[in-house]
Amino acid sequence: MSTAYPLPTGLSPATVKNTASLLRIVALALISGAAIASRLFAVVNFESIIHEFDPWFNYRATKVLASKGFYEFWNWFDPTAWYPLGRVVGGTVYPGLMATSGVIYNALHALNLPVDIRNVCVLLAPGFSALTAWATYMLTKEMKDESAGLLAAAFIGIVPGYISRSVAGSYDNEAIAIFLLMFTFFCWIKALKQGSALFGTIAAVFYFYMVAAWGGYVFITNMIPLHALVLILMGRFSHRLYVGYSSWYVVGTLASMQVPFVGFQPVSTSEHMGALGVFGLLQIVAFTQLVRSHLSSTQFRSLLNVGLFVVGILGTAAFVGLTVKGTIAPWTGRFYSLWDTGYAKKYIPIIASVSEHQPTAWPSFFMDLQFLIFLFPAGVVMCFRELRDEHLFVIIYAVMASYFAGVMVRLMLTLTPVVCVASAVALSTLLDTYIDPTEPDVVEEQVPASTDTTASPAQAVATPATTSKKAKKAAAAGPPPVSSPLTNLIAATSPAKKGSAPPPKGIFGIDARLVVILNTLSMLFFFVFHCTWVTSNAYSSPSVVLASQNQDGSQHIIDDFREAYYWLRQNTPETAVVMSWWDYGYQIAGMADRPTLVDNNTWNNTHIATVGKAMSSSEEVAYPILRKHDVDYVLVIFGGLLGYSGDDINKFLWMVRIAQGVWPDEIQEPNYFTPQGEYRVDDRASQTMKDSLMYKMSYYRFAELFGGQQATDRVRQQVLPKAGPTLDYLDEAFTSENWIVRIYQVRKEDPLGRDLKSANAFEKGKKRKRSKPQQRRRVAVA
Amino acid sequence: MAPKPTSTPPATATNPLQTLWKAYNDNTANRLKFIDSFLFFLMLSGIIQFAYCILVSNYPYNAFLSGFSSTVGQFVLVASLRSQVNPENKDEFKEVSPERAFADFAIGSIVLHFFVYNFLG
Repeated sequence: MSTAYPLPTGLSPATVKNTASLLRIVALALISGAAIASRLFAVVNFESIIHEFDPWFNYRATKVLASKGFYEFWNWFDPTAWYPLGRVVGGTVYPGLMATSGVIYNALHALNLPVDIRNVCVLLAPGFSALTAWATYMLTKEMKDESAGLLAAAFIGIVPGYISRSVAGSYDNEAIAIFLLMFTFFCWIKALKQGSALFGTIAAVFYFYMVAAWGGYVFITNMIPLHALVLILMGRFSHRLYVGYSSWYVVGTLASMQVPFVGFQPVSTSEHMGALGVFGLLQIVAFTQLVRSHLSSTQFRSLLNVGLFVVGILGTAAFVGLTVKGTIAPWTGRFYSLWDTGYAKKYIPIIASVSEHQPTAWPSFFMDLQFLIFLFPAGVVMCFRELRDEHLFVIIYAVMASYFAGVMVRLMLTLTPVVCVASAVALSTLLDTYIDPTEPDVVEEQVPASTDTTASPAQAVATPATTSKKAKKAAAAGPPPVSSPLTNLIAATSPAKKGSAPPPKGIFGIDARLVVILNTLSMLFFFVFHCTWVTSNAYSSPSVVLASQNQDGSQHIIDDFREAYYWLRQNTPETAVVMSWWDYGYQIAGMADRPTLVDNNTWNNTHIATVGKAMSSSEEVAYPILRKHDVDYVLVIFGGLLGYSGDDINKFLWMVRIAQGVWPDEIQEPNYFTPQGEYRVDDRASQTMKDSLMYKMSYYRFAELFGGQQATDRVRQQVLPKAGPTLDYLDEAFTSENWIVRIYQVRKEDPLGRDLKSANAFEKGKKRKRSKPQQRRRVAVA
Repeated sequence: MAPKPTSTPPATATNPLQTLWKAYNDNTANRLKFIDSFLFFLMLSGIIQFAYCILVSNYPYNAFLSGFSSTVGQFVLVASLRSQVNPENKDEFKEVSPERAFADFAIGSIVLHFFVYNFLG
């Protein structure tokens, strides 16, 4: 056998094996290090701080857990949220994340390492990303081999699509959920492959952890049954499937009901019924198999027909009956919005209003996955070539996740792992083919088999990255039937694949190999650069602290949010109720420690609509609402001075829409547009817009800032009228340095019983009289 | 409790059922029959609980659920054990020896009943 390059001889197989496993361990350690390190940009560029919105709640809850213990946390009723309703936090939260940090915190303290709970929270997501890399390695190993597993681990470690939700400080459920997702899938594949109830039980336990950690557990609840169903329909039922699925389902479902927030949902809502249905189907199929093994085929058939008929009728009738009766809850709106992308906007504006629920724009696929996105289909095709049971899983997962990622930006997160797995399979096949030193024998028919076990893992370790060059692969890649995906598909279904090997194909010489391998390597380098760049520039901003560049290039920190929240914390009584749009509820609770009307746990639409109504109606209408809810301060976010586009005026239309959903007679969206249908804030803005509380609070005294010059809103690029809005029912209490946060104090009722507007007019009238002499004086001075 | 219905429609098929019963008696090892009797018992227990839930009351719903899922769970775990130790399936379960199967069964049952106990309320 001729080889393209000399191979070392005289190595015992044991040496090769040991070296390969050592290299694998080293590579995994390095990948974990890279995964953690690249997530620390947020800490290095800014500081160790909790990011964004939801993490602030998680952090606050974790503090309660760490300081008061688990039972207090479990029974925690938070009277300051959703004032005056309050919130039963223990029963309305996925406690997995907080419990995890609590355990880590207590373990570290037991070891006499006095770590601050905040640092545990900040660094939890990077830590778990290392575990995710390991879980992905294990899963991909089941799909192909160790070298593909290492590639997949390297990809998931640094791919921006996952980093976006797991940088240091992004203390959210997804931080641990992706690890649990991958590990549950790994256990499921393992259970299916071995037919082991042990792995089924482990999968169930991790499924339980996942249920406790993230609402996205429904994805697992439906992926595994779907996989099982496809296997049954393809005639691939095996007792291994029965063992794996049954043990997972029974233990997992019972376990998932232990989480108070999930409760009886697994036996009562439609999202979970698929899993139950597949479970029932499996029992039937297994029983039929048993019967068949004892009967002749004709007798079996007659029995089967009757049986199927009865079971089908009974099952359908039971499901329909229960749904009609209302025992099984219909699909939730969040679920409908996955299929009909216009649904949420029409019926549940509160879901549509969240920016991460918007459909994904295509550039973000490239931004988040770079070259993996075009390697991904190749990997899926590779799965078709072998089409073992576990490959079907990747194919189904790929199809489902691609669809969901197109519907909602945030579901990009569930697509990312399968993209990494599939791309790693494709890339490692490519590398295997071109690194394999076997020269094709011209005389003798020889197929360069997938890989030399000694060469490939070691090589792949040496280059823990990957490549593309799809075209080249399709044209030249080693295994004979890769001429096109179509023939591939056909070849996969017909057993003629191996027998009909045409004239020997393969790669001759070292130069052809080098061309492909070097290309691959350069693609991998670009991938690493891209990931680093995206991570450091796009995904590491805490959004609580903003950064801009000075003219000399140095970083300028804009810290308006914390400035304002600390002002609230230090200058207002502890019971002062703050009203703001729900986006800022968690932050106010976390940083200012003040009661809020609404927050990011959007469970009460009416309450949110009330706030929306107060914000979008005129002062006279809003004032009674504010007083009824004991509001002391109103907080708005205004970006017009700085050009911060995520401000309340830009979110304003959602407030209007949500309010309109509850009070269609009083709030109408078209009133907030100009007659031409434009959304404007300058002097052409509609009267309703100008009268709205939100508009007034945002632009109150804004024009004064420009000292007589044109006041320009930098977000909307519009010039504001010189005479700004006036406020009768609110007083400006605080405006932060860059005007991003503005806080207004709600006035108490007039002590003389007048309405505040006339009282104000009276005050002003007095002032005008009084100021007359002053004016004269000024004239005299001039 | 899916398997029941298949065996219940005896309307047309008395003869196949009889042969089935005979073939079962003849071809099944005693150990498997022993397991099957336990399965049968679990099935009866499940049916009784379910009937109670429908006919009388499901009042402590979590108690019913945990009782019922303990039966169903035990049933599928035993059924798994049965198919793992069944000599006919030997080449399907290459990595699961009968001893390993029993260990799996034990661990699965322990985890299951841990959750059952926790859920009883």
